[in-house]
Amino acid sequence: MSNGSEAAEVLERIGAERALGMYTKLVEIRRFEERIHFLFLEGNVPGTVHQYIGQEACAVGVCSALSEGDVIASTHRPHGHAIARGLPMRSIAAELYGRATGTARGKGGSMHLGDLSKGMLPAIATVGDNIPIVAGVALAFRLRHEPRVAVSFFGDGAANEGAFHEGLNCAAVYNLPAVFVCENNLYGASTSIQKVVKVENIADRAASYGMRSDIGDGMDVFDVYERASNAIGAARGNGGPTLLELKTFRYSGHSRRDPNNYMAKEEKSYWKARDPIALCEAALSKCGFLKPKLAAEIQASVAKEVDEAIEFALQSPFPEEQELYDGLYTSIEVPR
Amino acid sequence: MRMSIAEGLRFAIDGCMAEDQSVFCLGEDIGVPGGFGGAFTVTLGLESKYRDRIIDTPISEAAIFGMACGAAAMGMRPIADVQYGDFLLCAASQIVNQIAKLRYMSGGAIGLPLVMRAPVGVTGRGAQHSQNLESFFLSCPGIKIVAPSTAYDAVGLMRAAIRDPDPVLVFEHKLLYGSKGARTEKGTFDASSEIPDEYFEVPIGRAQLLRRGDHVTLVGSLLMSHFNMLAAEELAGEGIQCDVVDLRSIWPLDIELLHESVKKTGRIVIVEEGPKQGGVGAEIASGIAELIPDYLLAPIVRVAAPNTPAPFSPPLERAYVPRPSAIARRVRDLMSAS
Repeated sequence: MSNGSEAAEVLERIGAERALGMYTKLVEIRRFEERIHFLFLEGNVPGTVHQYIGQEACAVGVCSALSEGDVIASTHRPHGHAIARGLPMRSIAAELYGRATGTARGKGGSMHLGDLSKGMLPAIATVGDNIPIVAGVALAFRLRHEPRVAVSFFGDGAANEGAFHEGLNCAAVYNLPAVFVCENNLYGASTSIQKVVKVENIADRAASYGMRSDIGDGMDVFDVYERASNAIGAARGNGGPTLLELKTFRYSGHSRRDPNNYMAKEEKSYWKARDPIALCEAALSKCGFLKPKLAAEIQASVAKEVDEAIEFALQSPFPEEQELYDGLYTSIEVPR
Repeated sequence: MRMSIAEGLRFAIDGCMAEDQSVFCLGEDIGVPGGFGGAFTVTLGLESKYRDRIIDTPISEAAIFGMACGAAAMGMRPIADVQYGDFLLCAASQIVNQIAKLRYMSGGAIGLPLVMRAPVGVTGRGAQHSQNLESFFLSCPGIKIVAPSTAYDAVGLMRAAIRDPDPVLVFEHKLLYGSKGARTEKGTFDASSEIPDEYFEVPIGRAQLLRRGDHVTLVGSLLMSHFNMLAAEELAGEGIQCDVVDLRSIWPLDIELLHESVKKTGRIVIVEEGPKQGGVGAEIASGIAELIPDYLLAPIVRVAAPNTPAPFSPPLERAYVPRPSAIARRVRDLMSAS
């Protein structure tokens, strides 16, 4: 949002309840990720984790603009999308811990969070691969004449995969009800986007597919919400797909213990000065939607939710060894 | 009615599409009016009947299989195809990382009722249009694999594949299609069958005994099943009787039927058109050697292509593919050594 009066208008349109809901989701993701980071460093969480701190406004802004039957697909960095789409935090935590109560009964883990009954495919952790899959989800909606929209989240790195090219081209050719959200956090693992992309914006590539594009401030949840609403509305109204690029930044390393030493100090502090939660708080306070007391209450209730989610995960049983063979085929046992 | 495999596949797809609105086809050149109905005429004419459900795609295999995956996850029943099996590898991540695994990594919550069709066979086109990729996908848990060697099986297995709740990969053989007109293949083999009027399916995971004999089990699929029958015919004249088994399904593999046969014959010759290296034959051999070694009267024999890509030059190609005469010779050698 470029100026104060425009921002006030946007918030007026969104309304206090929805705006506070978005704020709460931002806080949920941040607190959850901070706790997971701590627990992971303690050696408490199995496997690996790719964390979402810094990018919260992207998932929350987009998912807040979705309707119930819409479907999203995420990446190897899906915790934020899962929380934003409304998957229960306790099921997410349990999945991270490989427990039988997790979103995939412990078969997926951090990188495959999802629950289709809540509008989220299992996260697709091979970079770019969810893009044609989301085109297929949208194709199913089109063939059945359902007013539903499919959303693909991916990073800047995915824009260099062949699947990006094939998926976007097909979505454009068939005018599918889909939105392709590129969260450009400026790094593919440790590699700066400047080393691997020659165009200024990933969104510029949409023109080569004859696709609409837009660029949003990935640190400003309300800007993301507004732009996502437009793209989703267009898709639902048979107006075809959009490539929506969100400029954002990941505070954490790529994964596990990566201390992201490849990012300049100035770069980190530039982005942290535009922290999505701080920006949201400031906007909400300015228009009177958020008072310090309410902010404190939300923070406290989220902290409790995170506590309970981790506790639920830790108390949950691991899957039985026999379950190794479950859930591969629908109609037959796994041949041994 | 007598049908070729191409006609049988079309017949089965047409029937399923008429009955079930969620069935649709996705592929390159499959429904262009005035075109050829896919590389081997399988979908010819269906576009005029199902305008919205025969979807021509760009040359984008990853998108074809990715879209099939996404649509299937939403409960549609896509039939995705490639012009040559070799191009499955252009979509390898979608097939191997997504389609084969999505249900499992969702904890069994998602079903993927989709069909993948791929022509295979060494047919005068050199290394990149000739691979038999059955063994490659055999190493991917999560996909069922079928291989019809007759039109009857093509109809029955295609119906079963479309109605199956899991991903099914259908390998079809270029020399068995019986495609007509400009898409006729040189060296085509007659695989036509009488197709009954009554509805039938061929169950996935079951092999078929094509011919009975007590001396040796001859097993293969697709074109090699026809070659095995020719070899068995030749050998019968010399007093060697073969049990000829057509796999029909590469996965699940009907190891029980093979066990039954080998328990009777005590000898097995496994024939495949692709390279011996990591082949389907290795999986069958281990399924025999591990589980019923005591029934073997002689070592297991594998007849397969050399461990090289397919060559182009016609004499080299003839030497590359196991021929009926070579299969018969290996059987003869086996019989005289045991």
